[in-house]
Amino acid sequence: MGEILVTVDNLHKSFGQNKVLKGVDLKVAQGSVTVLIGPSGSGKTTLLRSLNSLTRPEAGIVGIGSVTVDFGKNPSKSEIRELRAQSGMVFQAHHLFPHRTVIENIVEGPLYVQKEPQAQARERALKLLEQVGLVDKADDYPSSLSGGQQQRVGIARALAMRPKLMLFDEPTSALDPETVGDVLVVIRDLAKAGWTMVIVTHEIRFAEQVADHVAFLDSGVIVEEGSPKQVLTDPREPRTREFLRRVLDPLAAEGVQGDQRLDVPTWAKFDHLSDPQTPYPRETVISGEGI
Amino acid sequence: MDDRTWDLIVKAFWPLFVQGVSWTIPLTLASFAVGLVLALLAAVGKLSHVKVFQLAASGYIAIFRGTPLLVQLFIIFYGFPTIGLKIDAIPSAILGFSLNVGAYAAESIRASILAVPTGQLEAAATIGMDYPLALRRVVLPQALRIAVPPLSNTFISLVKDTSLASGIMVAEMFRKAQEIAAPAYAFFWIYVEVALIYLLFCSVLTFGQGKLERHLNRYITA
Ligand SMILES: Nc1ncnc2c1ncn2[C@@H]1O[C@H](COP(=O)(O)OP(=O)(O)OP(=O)(O)O)[C@@H](O)[C@H]1O
Ligand SMILES: [Mg+2]
Repeated sequence: MGEILVTVDNLHKSFGQNKVLKGVDLKVAQGSVTVLIGPSGSGKTTLLRSLNSLTRPEAGIVGIGSVTVDFGKNPSKSEIRELRAQSGMVFQAHHLFPHRTVIENIVEGPLYVQKEPQAQARERALKLLEQVGLVDKADDYPSSLSGGQQQRVGIARALAMRPKLMLFDEPTSALDPETVGDVLVVIRDLAKAGWTMVIVTHEIRFAEQVADHVAFLDSGVIVEEGSPKQVLTDPREPRTREFLRRVLDPLAAEGVQGDQRLDVPTWAKFDHLSDPQTPYPRETVISGEGI
Repeated sequence: MDDRTWDLIVKAFWPLFVQGVSWTIPLTLASFAVGLVLALLAAVGKLSHVKVFQLAASGYIAIFRGTPLLVQLFIIFYGFPTIGLKIDAIPSAILGFSLNVGAYAAESIRASILAVPTGQLEAAATIGMDYPLALRRVVLPQALRIAVPPLSNTFISLVKDTSLASGIMVAEMFRKAQEIAAPAYAFFWIYVEVALIYLLFCSVLTFGQGKLERHLNRYITA
């Protein structure tokens, strides 16, 4: 592992009686992609949202770069804000600002939080839009875009703040199948460009392709972690194995066999990532430099 | 109706209309503007986590929604001087109306702030906004769209409620109507006439409300 960018130390979070994170430790190397997998309700979203304190853990430490917050010691608002400034987040339901156009969404933070000059912010925003393949939508309202386009605007909005770390919470699970590929290609290109990312996803094939590190979360603890090859193809823990079996072949896991089984739809095979006919301009690589 | 009454009605129109445009409308606008500021403060206060703000906002809303507007005006204009606080008729009217409107509008604004999805606030937080900035740039513009119909109701009620200011010596349109009607003993026709002018004002405003709603809804596609 190279230089460590993110350190999570003994993180605890409960909602009422429900203990959701029970002492999570995690390290993320600079420039690496960490994929979090795990069953529904295992605490993936909670863990991700703890990294920028959208969810406030009761105890534990989150360090990103030079900023360290000890949640057990009642951190101040400014500490939280500093932690938040280290990362950008892409939500499952995009949460674009509906009353602002695509480009206004992207320049909002740079203009009103970072006080960047208008012309410069716009120029950067247009460059980002080019990188996510949506320059022609700059002046449209988010409601007129497809789900995949909205998600790509969400990525551009987060990138515009020049974070050190990008967080993704199931960025494609609310999308129509045919727009999933476009979003995954953008994320893969970010990975190639050396962005440090933590991604929660159920797209196991995608995880295999982009992840440097995979962590399997179950009932609020990281049960197993390692290289994607090891965790995804040769899991040591029975719980990981069981989870993967269910995700990769849901019908087999339920005991359905033979010609009762449907073909796995093409979109679920993630061939679009290697398909030369992909509609997405493949030469666009999102560089971490200059934005 | 005899010719003399008809003559009076025709002659009364212009003075009434002028009084409406120069008093009723400005009184409404000024009171509504001040009222909206009060409403915003009360709404945010009631949503705040600070107990004192919550209590102050709830108390204010309860008092001004729970007592008659005419009584509020009387307390301000006739009551205050007796305890050593003299306020002129017009400032009294604006004070009374805006406090009253603020209490009603506060609930509309609070409800529309709550109607903005929390994801919007979270997204604002992830791009570094603090709460006041997120409120100003993200939540309130969206809340405004939601609040326009109920606020328009409040506004249109206020246009008509300004007639109560006649009770505290403000020379607005209804007071003018009283002055014209009394000597000629033409209460029926002049009061009907002034009612129709209020109706005219409110119709114009309702039309304007429709236009405003279409403008604010421009980013929503069906
Ligand atoms: N705001 C909240 N209030 C109360 N309980 C919550 C809240 N957020 C999450 N939980 C609970 O915490 C547990 C973990 O939720 P979390 O969303 O982190 O799971 P997840 O792994 O992301 O699941 P999924 O794959 O379904 O998104 C669940 O039992 C959930 O009900
Ligand atoms: Mg989740």
